Amino acid sequence: MSDLNKLGIAEARDAMRKGDVTSVELTNACLDAIEGAGALNAFVHNTADIARSQATAADARIKAGDAPDMCGIPLGIKDLFCIKGVDSQAGSRILEGFKPEYESTITQQLWDAGSVMLGKLNMDEFAMGSSNETSVYGDVVNPWKVDDRNLTPGGSSGGSASAVAADLCMAATGTDTGGSIRQPAAFTGITGLKPTYGRCSRWGVVAFASSLDQAGPMTKSVRDAAIMLGAMAGHDVKDSTSAELAVPDFEAALTGDIRGKKIGIPKEYRMEGMPAEIEQLWADGTTMLKDAGAEIVDITLPHTKYALPAYYVVAPAEASSNLARYDGVRFGHRAKIGQGDGITEMYEKTRAEGFGPEVQRRIMIGTYVLSAGFYDAYYNRARKVRTLIKKDFEDVFAAGVDAILTPATPSAAFGLGEMKDADPVQMYLNDVFTVTVNLAGLPGISVPAGLDKQGLPLGLQLIGRPWEEGDLLNTAYALEQAAGFVAKPEKWW
Amino acid sequence: MSIDTATAARVAKLARINVPEEDLPKLKDELNGIISFMEQLNEVDVDGVEPMTSVTPQRLKRREDVVTDGSQPEAVMKNAPDAREGFFAVPKVVE
Repeated sequence: MSDLNKLGIAEARDAMRKGDVTSVELTNACLDAIEGAGALNAFVHNTADIARSQATAADARIKAGDAPDMCGIPLGIKDLFCIKGVDSQAGSRILEGFKPEYESTITQQLWDAGSVMLGKLNMDEFAMGSSNETSVYGDVVNPWKVDDRNLTPGGSSGGSASAVAADLCMAATGTDTGGSIRQPAAFTGITGLKPTYGRCSRWGVVAFASSLDQAGPMTKSVRDAAIMLGAMAGHDVKDSTSAELAVPDFEAALTGDIRGKKIGIPKEYRMEGMPAEIEQLWADGTTMLKDAGAEIVDITLPHTKYALPAYYVVAPAEASSNLARYDGVRFGHRAKIGQGDGITEMYEKTRAEGFGPEVQRRIMIGTYVLSAGFYDAYYNRARKVRTLIKKDFEDVFAAGVDAILTPATPSAAFGLGEMKDADPVQMYLNDVFTVTVNLAGLPGISVPAGLDKQGLPLGLQLIGRPWEEGDLLNTAYALEQAAGFVAKPEKWW
Repeated sequence: MSIDTATAARVAKLARINVPEEDLPKLKDELNGIISFMEQLNEVDVDGVEPMTSVTPQRLKRREDVVTDGSQPEAVMKNAPDAREGFFAVPKVVE
């Protein structure tokens, strides 16, 4: 078999089980691809030795029979996940040199299932960003290219998206606080799933905004997302918000039969100034689901407009609290201090040197909205609006809607540096279609559905009922089959 | 509401982030941009609405108040920028 790195999880699993290929062969193909892809800047800490030894062990397990689905699958891991003994710095200078003494629950479950770790993937610093331009490792480049510009892969899981789209790995882990899995998936023509809040353990995943953060798979197909979610999900006593629910066989839910399903089209997502191509893609997706036998209904989610401002109160508030731990005392970077400096100067200099501008900005916004006198005006008000946003969805689901179809992003990938001088709020608008899902704790998936006239991928988002990822994945599967998106970026790197 | 440079300096102090004096006007402008974006929330009628505490309807579980892990001082200190004799070392805190 040639081009082994181009396989997805399902194909690789089936080929390994048949004995057509080994995990060592797949792993070496990916390691070679990573070696040749420095220009993308997706992988930032390579773990080739770990990969080869895990692959050898996986091959033995497959040979013995009865290996789990993810056994022998080479993966990229977002730098936000703590990996024992491996650099884990959340794309930040402040965690330079940090090698955790523990392993995140999700990655432990993946290794227990026999998966192979190729290395750590670039990301926006502390997952704060929508273009992967805030990383201490530098920008990630999108493998899709239509002219001489380098394009963003989106963010914050930009390294994960770029690596999967460029076939440097079979799949990757991502995390999503406001759209950080789904937006980069849409920008790179791959599938990205944010599960229901509480489906996957957050233990050992560096925290950004704890009430919104959720990890999920970034893959080459909906089937792969279903398989990988099965290995990532599950109750964890170490995360008090992880749900005590059995993990169903998500792959078994993929029948492609969505006859009689009610798909809601929310009128509030028809934004002013939305590019015609995005509108067209959305209409095409609606037709595809209708042709597959679904019932299309117009719905209203009246508080949609307030999701972004509510998010940019709640997320920075939680971040300012979570990131208080980076003080130069217990781990990571500590600034050199001057004569006569005390502990406060040490904190202040450490955090000024260690955090990049966007992270500093969000910590300070969070500090402001939580400070005495403003707590009610901003933070409590945002939490009330969040209650209303969640209720919008509950009302729609109570009316019998099974899933909601929306665009994933308001545009295709833009050029790196193009937003450099823009107001920070302009960058936040990238999350306009995705952020509601985090505020309401729902599962959402981005499925590649077409190319724009420049030839760049565009994604559609499906939003499901809480805990019904299986049903959501099945609708996504039907959409994927109807859209027939097979385009790949032409190799230039 | 809009903030002035003195407020920006106070926020930076509360956040324990050193912001040089000359950068405060730019910081103030950026924060004001974001805050004015948040002001949209004032359009929403939130009378009688409970602020969300948990996105999934669940009660946080309780457990016995007993030690479940620990006695790993070496692992705990391993990543410290300055650790001595089992302690985190910091600049002098009290005179």
